[in-house]
Amino acid sequence: MAGKTISEKILSAKSGEDARAGDVVVCRVDCALATDGSAPMALDYFEAMGGQRVSDPRRIVFALDHYAPAPSRNTAQLHQRMREFAALHGVTLFEVGEGIGHQLIVESGRAIPGSLVLGADSHSVTYGALNAFATGIGSSDLAAIMIAGRIWLRVPESIKVTLTGRLPVGVYPKDVALALAGLLGADGATYQALEFAGPAVRDLDLEDRLVLANFAVEMGAKNAIFPADDRTYAYLDGRAAAPFAAVAPDAGAHYCREISLALDSLAPQVALPHQVDRVTGIANAAGTAVQMVYLGTCTGGRVRDFHQARDVLRAAGGIARGVQLVVTPASRTVLETLMRDGTLADFIAWGAVVGTPGCGSCCGTCGAIPGDGVNVISTANRNFKGRMGNGQAAIYLASPASCAAAAARGAIADPREVMP
Amino acid sequence: MTGRARVFGGDVNTDYIITSRRKRESLDPQVLRRYLFEELDADFAASVEPGDLIVAGKNFGCGSAMEVAVTAVVGAGIPGVLAPSFSRTYYRNAVNNGLLPVVCDTSGIHEGDRLTVLRGEGLAVRNETTGETIAAAALPRIMWEIVAAGGLVPYFRRHGDFQV
Ligand code: SF4
Repeated sequence: MAGKTISEKILSAKSGEDARAGDVVVCRVDCALATDGSAPMALDYFEAMGGQRVSDPRRIVFALDHYAPAPSRNTAQLHQRMREFAALHGVTLFEVGEGIGHQLIVESGRAIPGSLVLGADSHSVTYGALNAFATGIGSSDLAAIMIAGRIWLRVPESIKVTLTGRLPVGVYPKDVALALAGLLGADGATYQALEFAGPAVRDLDLEDRLVLANFAVEMGAKNAIFPADDRTYAYLDGRAAAPFAAVAPDAGAHYCREISLALDSLAPQVALPHQVDRVTGIANAAGTAVQMVYLGTCTGGRVRDFHQARDVLRAAGGIARGVQLVVTPASRTVLETLMRDGTLADFIAWGAVVGTPGCGSCCGTCGAIPGDGVNVISTANRNFKGRMGNGQAAIYLASPASCAAAAARGAIADPREVMP
Repeated sequence: MTGRARVFGGDVNTDYIITSRRKRESLDPQVLRRYLFEELDADFAASVEPGDLIVAGKNFGCGSAMEVAVTAVVGAGIPGVLAPSFSRTYYRNAVNNGLLPVVCDTSGIHEGDRLTVLRGEGLAVRNETTGETIAAAALPRIMWEIVAAGGLVPYFRRHGDFQV
């Protein structure tokens, strides 16, 4: 028999079967997340299914992140319902202001090598950075997991993505993610896993891997998965919620496709409105006026993202007139770090608006919403029409440094020109 | 299952099926069905009839994993969606809510065609209007059982767990 990919190995272990790409298996779930975007429906399903109790509440996490703080009575009531359910069943609940659920799953050490961590939100793929099998599920799945602790999964084929070379100055993991989206297209990896490999993976910090894993769903991928190495262990040291063992692909594992990307040949990238895969070199969009810049989300709201943006703004001397810069840390821990190291003070002095840790403006459910005709450049992962709450705005996606360069110039610019 | 084809293009994301804005106001499929596909076709919701089948291009249901993008469709009485490919979350949510996802070539289907979905060894779609038959991918057993039960809710009410 041929060897197995990382995804096949994890799903074999979790299902107790010899799981191969294409098989449908029923797996034990290690941890599952529901957000305020998906939990209310999951609770309806739970009741409709006849659920009485959560079979293992330690495996379930709720996060109040999409409506943080609640912008309306309705959403406040959703939060109330989640709080009451969590208290009754002993489920962990992350309160408003603690951050984006995905970031909290990672920070709290719940995503570990070899684990199966799911979330009722498409960006649950993020945890694959930690050598976990992680994917997004629906609210009905979440209800089934609360009742039975299990889920049906189709074992994905894997695309091997080999990364080589070093990132040039001014080019960041977000640029790699955008380049991959441009290369594969918005459905280029549908149902499939992206398994990252190659010498450049070693050079990527865990935060960098999170960006790449997070973006995999924009190519339709079921999951993204990185090997575990010293950087993984260093991140999990003192943090991992349980003991774990790294899962490596077998020699001779079967990949449905192999692609490679030379990082040293990349330039800063930008996704043009309104499709994630309308990706081009930033030079082709340079000069486009922007009125709003958003730094945040589960893609680009971590400490190093804000540091990269700060460095560019510092070199440029601040924000251009007429630009609204909105800063939303991915978690309270990120916010506190930025407070301690002075980054937040810099942003505030430049006139930035600071939002509550959480999803903020990302999906238009709370936070600052752009006006009609406004061009936004954002560190987020999606730029569909209406994504930020106004279908008359246009959203560009880029790295934190490129977003900062645009904030400094009032127009899209190559960060290498702003910060030589 | 027989119904009238309601044709959309490719890469229809879940926000085009039902906007997040509407979902903030209500999760009730009977409310949400009134806004189905409003960003793409303002007249669609008023013209939909129970039994209509959605026919789309590639990557149907891409974007957010929100399940209301399926329940709003089910709420409108639509029993199935045909597309050459689905986003995986949409596919999953469809199965779990008893909406039959049919993976097939939809390029020859036009608005208003009468379609019949046939189940034998695999799946097939007969276009009664053109007389053409299109082969479709079969559903693995457990998925078929969930769809046939009407979704995970009736399935779990019956079994309390997955039957494997
Ligand atoms: S930050 Fe944006 S993409 Fe991430 S979970 Fe929140 S809404 Fe979704």
